[in-house]
Amino acid sequence: MAGSVSVVKATTMGRTTTEENTMAKYLLLKHYRGAPAAVNDVPMDQWAPEEISAHVRYMNDFAARLEKTGEFVDGQALAPEGAWVRYDGEGRPPVTDGPFAETKDLIAGWMVIDVDSYERAVELAGELSAAPGAGGKPIHEWLEVRPFLSAPPTITE
Amino acid sequence: MDEALLRSLTPGVLTILVRRGADFAAAEDAVQDALVEAIRVWTADQPRDPKGWLVTVAWRRFLDATRADSARRRREGLVDEEPAPGPAPAVDDTLQLYFLCAHPSLRPSSAVALTLRAVGGLTTRQIAQAYLVPEAAMAQRISRAKRTVSGVRFDRPGDVATVLRVLYLVFNEGYSGDVDLAAEAIRLTRQLAAAIDHPEVAGLLALMLLHHARRATRTAPDGSLVPLAEQDRGRWDTKSIAEGVEILQAALARDRLGQYQAQAAIAALHADAPTAEETDWAQIVEWYDELARLTDSPVVRLNRAVAVGEAEGPRAGLAALAALDDSVPRHAAVAAYLHERAGDLATAARLYTEAAPKAPNLPERAHLTRQAARLNARRPR
Repeated sequence: MAGSVSVVKATTMGRTTTEENTMAKYLLLKHYRGAPAAVNDVPMDQWAPEEISAHVRYMNDFAARLEKTGEFVDGQALAPEGAWVRYDGEGRPPVTDGPFAETKDLIAGWMVIDVDSYERAVELAGELSAAPGAGGKPIHEWLEVRPFLSAPPTITE
Repeated sequence: MDEALLRSLTPGVLTILVRRGADFAAAEDAVQDALVEAIRVWTADQPRDPKGWLVTVAWRRFLDATRADSARRRREGLVDEEPAPGPAPAVDDTLQLYFLCAHPSLRPSSAVALTLRAVGGLTTRQIAQAYLVPEAAMAQRISRAKRTVSGVRFDRPGDVATVLRVLYLVFNEGYSGDVDLAAEAIRLTRQLAAAIDHPEVAGLLALMLLHHARRATRTAPDGSLVPLAEQDRGRWDTKSIAEGVEILQAALARDRLGQYQAQAAIAALHADAPTAEETDWAQIVEWYDELARLTDSPVVRLNRAVAVGEAEGPRAGLAALAALDDSVPRHAAVAAYLHERAGDLATAARLYTEAAPKAPNLPERAHLTRQAARLNARRPR
């Protein structure tokens, strides 16, 4: 493609960025189990009902705001129970196992954002972690921020 | 541009192309192209004869595509001697279209997508948005579906039950994106009811109207669920209820009961109660008995246990529930509700907490968690 020259310039968090200010995708992961304990760590069924409503409202507003800025890509919640599956050889049905109650790391859901910088991704994860919990106070929940590996840049000659 | 008009013309235009000898898959593509073109150019001025315009444009697209295709095949040395299929007999073409799009060889998700496009006149993009999948994936799903039904003869009557199941699936999808699928399902079912005289088609239409009448009251402004007993009945759509009840009564009078009529009867009894307390639960239990006989579904028996709990008291409800396998979806939620009614708040709170992570969607999960929280807040710990 003549005319579009992109020079690989810097690496941040394992992904290459180009001279043009390209957007980068990050996965914000929420865990049922496996993350360090939150500061305000009270199980939801022990909250006041209106605190649950306030929490849900905060999450919805957050997603709606990112949709408006064009930074929202996808958000999904996962059921806590799943199964392990693997190939078991030609002509045999796959083997399934689990769910295992002792699994240490259990993903609850994710949000995919497409942002200008790693700093912006961290900033947004911080906001999400500030969602109100018991007593109307921020949960300070730990969220995992993982950059997407990008497609190889188009080399133009 | 009148999009509703455009969409209502779709099946008619498609069947004209098929009757002129176009094969279904190519004709459907051509009609879709014509629709997209219409959305683009009708903004300025709508043609005086919209249907004629669509037929002309779609037919031209079909011929262009066919010519390009046969030129390619000649270039590639492929034989092009397939005779054009003769005109299909003109039974009720729209009805045939419904049968084809809901053909039993299709997976439900494919039948739904094909129905929305070929009968509903939605664009691939709109359908993709409604089902939250990428447009390219939806385009693939639709073209595979068309390949699957390509050998099906257009003049054979199909099974109404498969069509109804597809429309029911569309209705239950509700509302996401800029397409109101529930309203679209009602429109398509209404159109089907006009094409075929069948008590279950009427039953499904009545069921949809009765459920749709309550839609505005089913969720609070913050998106949380409002249970039936707490809904503001003054905001139910009385016009839609009256229409649903009238359609249902006419269908029931024909004495060919089916599951949709039975479900509609239950919805009508709810719609008929001025307050939640005045609900005729005894009659609702009888309809659930009919429904269980017709469908043998564990979900129906679970709902029946709720109705028994209201009609004969929570202990009777729990007894009905005990006969069911606890792997039935929402079993714990129903058990929690009945235990709370029976005054056992500790068990109810525990069961609501247990039910929440099993909820199939987020609003329901939040609702169940809130129920648990409400009981926990009331009880000394």
